[in-house]
Amino acid sequence: MPVEILKEKFTGTVQEVVLGATKEEGGTRAKTVKLGGSSTLPFLQYEGDIPNRPAIAFEIWDIEPDWNEAFNESYGDVWKDPVAWAKKVEELGADIIYLKLKGADPELDNPKSPDDCAKIVKAVLENTGAPLMVEGPGHPEADNDVLQAVGEAAAGENIALGLAEKDNYRSIAAAAMMGKHCVIGRSPVDINILKQLNIMITEMGIAPNKIINDPMSSGLGYGIEYSYSIMERARWGALIGDKMMAFPVICVAGAEAWRAKEANAPLEDAGPGWGEQKPRGIMWEAMTAAALIQAGGDLILMRHPEAVKLLNKHIDDLMKPNLY
Amino acid sequence: MAFYMIGERINGMFNDIGEAVAKFDPKPIQDWAKKQDEAGAAYLDINVGPTAVDRVKSMRWMCELVTEVSDTPIALDSTNYDAIEAGLEVCKPGALINSCPAERAKIERVFPMAKKYNAKIIALTMDKSGIPKSADMRVGFAMELVASADEFGLAPDDLFIDPLILPCNVAQDHAPEVLEALRQIRLLSDPAPHTTLGLSNVSQGTPFRPLINRIYCVMAMTCGLDSAIMDVNDDELVDAIASADMLLNEAIYCDSYAKVFRNR
Repeated sequence: MPVEILKEKFTGTVQEVVLGATKEEGGTRAKTVKLGGSSTLPFLQYEGDIPNRPAIAFEIWDIEPDWNEAFNESYGDVWKDPVAWAKKVEELGADIIYLKLKGADPELDNPKSPDDCAKIVKAVLENTGAPLMVEGPGHPEADNDVLQAVGEAAAGENIALGLAEKDNYRSIAAAAMMGKHCVIGRSPVDINILKQLNIMITEMGIAPNKIINDPMSSGLGYGIEYSYSIMERARWGALIGDKMMAFPVICVAGAEAWRAKEANAPLEDAGPGWGEQKPRGIMWEAMTAAALIQAGGDLILMRHPEAVKLLNKHIDDLMKPNLY
Repeated sequence: MAFYMIGERINGMFNDIGEAVAKFDPKPIQDWAKKQDEAGAAYLDINVGPTAVDRVKSMRWMCELVTEVSDTPIALDSTNYDAIEAGLEVCKPGALINSCPAERAKIERVFPMAKKYNAKIIALTMDKSGIPKSADMRVGFAMELVASADEFGLAPDDLFIDPLILPCNVAQDHAPEVLEALRQIRLLSDPAPHTTLGLSNVSQGTPFRPLINRIYCVMAMTCGLDSAIMDVNDDELVDAIASADMLLNEAIYCDSYAKVFRNR
């Protein structure tokens, strides 16, 4: 008896969102990047379309980060200068440059003003060609001020602005709408809040193709299964026709993986059998990312160039057609 | 996500629609199409009613009117299969034929027609001898209908099997039998056939119609009911269905779940 390949018939599709704008589209980017658009589960091309491979964004900061020594070799000479750092990650193959404006945190001694931030964003845009996503310092009021200034400065570039949250989304969504940017909605590993936030953002008049979701990731060994199952549930919802769950999903793999002790502990502090720190840290990030793309991640936020290399190779393998 | 509301209102049995059909007045028909769309109808039932002089012509005319103002698929409600076929010719694909009993002659007329026009069928668990009382008899007819679908090249989920609810004041003992039939119909095949009910029948002749309709609908949903021909403009009924759909974990909860249910 022949074996019939079981194919799920889905009715829904993940919304396709384009980041960046070229000259013809009113921006200055050398390329645009498409996120989402899938009408099937991750990499199951035999029962649906996966028009866009998961994109990779490299994380950079506007101030020198406190990252592990394993990053010195790659970024030690550029991370005092966000423009040089942005150029560097573009050379390393970033689909998207993910700029985190840590320096505007009001709890710092000399926080950057919204104008300073807007200037940095402008300078990054002038010196690079990849689409940009910009995240505020993570402080509600500062985020609102900074992202409004950034949104204005980058008008027409179709950047992604984040993070909009349930209790603080109006200003950021409005800034995105004014500058025709995308908005990133984030919820604390809670699919119900994520869906409600999507409804509230939509009701402000933001088009579905301008919304990206951050369900919040956890790193390997530190609750990744919660993020994983929520992402799966969101993807399933999208595929069975729930339009308020059908937005491309961001995975914060780099920052979450590098919070783990296992990624950072030098050999002398390591647990038994953990091995050398640098390859361990890189693998921790790559494995976190590999799990999250299986759960349906559309845009993976990464830190270490070696982890990105591993992830890219892995995605290439997974994107090979499996059509039967 | 999984519940299909079939809007019952464009039916010549209602006075405004009956008059519109008699006078060929498009307005009430198109107004009800839009109004039921806004309420979240997944299908719009069309029944020419007793005032139509020519049922075939009226059905085609009503279908054309509705497709002018709505993209929602139509449920063609008639015992005259020529009228249904006339409607199918002008409908968008994905229409629903309402209905076909488990009688061989009618199956041979309706099932190939569904295949030809890429339509689905509301299939009734009855034959010439009428509506059976027991769940077992209902399920027996459902089994025949599922087998016929296979015979004519339709998938099991191209069927919306209607185990036929009767008014609770005159046929009270049918209500639990229908619930049991719904449970079993879901087990007949994989994928399972859809199920449906002419929901408003359950409360016919009682003074508590909206209450009985929505209570029975929620009870039936827990037994696997996934569609109903119903008053989609009864907000309390739709809220009850949205709540049941969410509590069955068919739709992801959010604070605006009832609104999302209507805007699917």
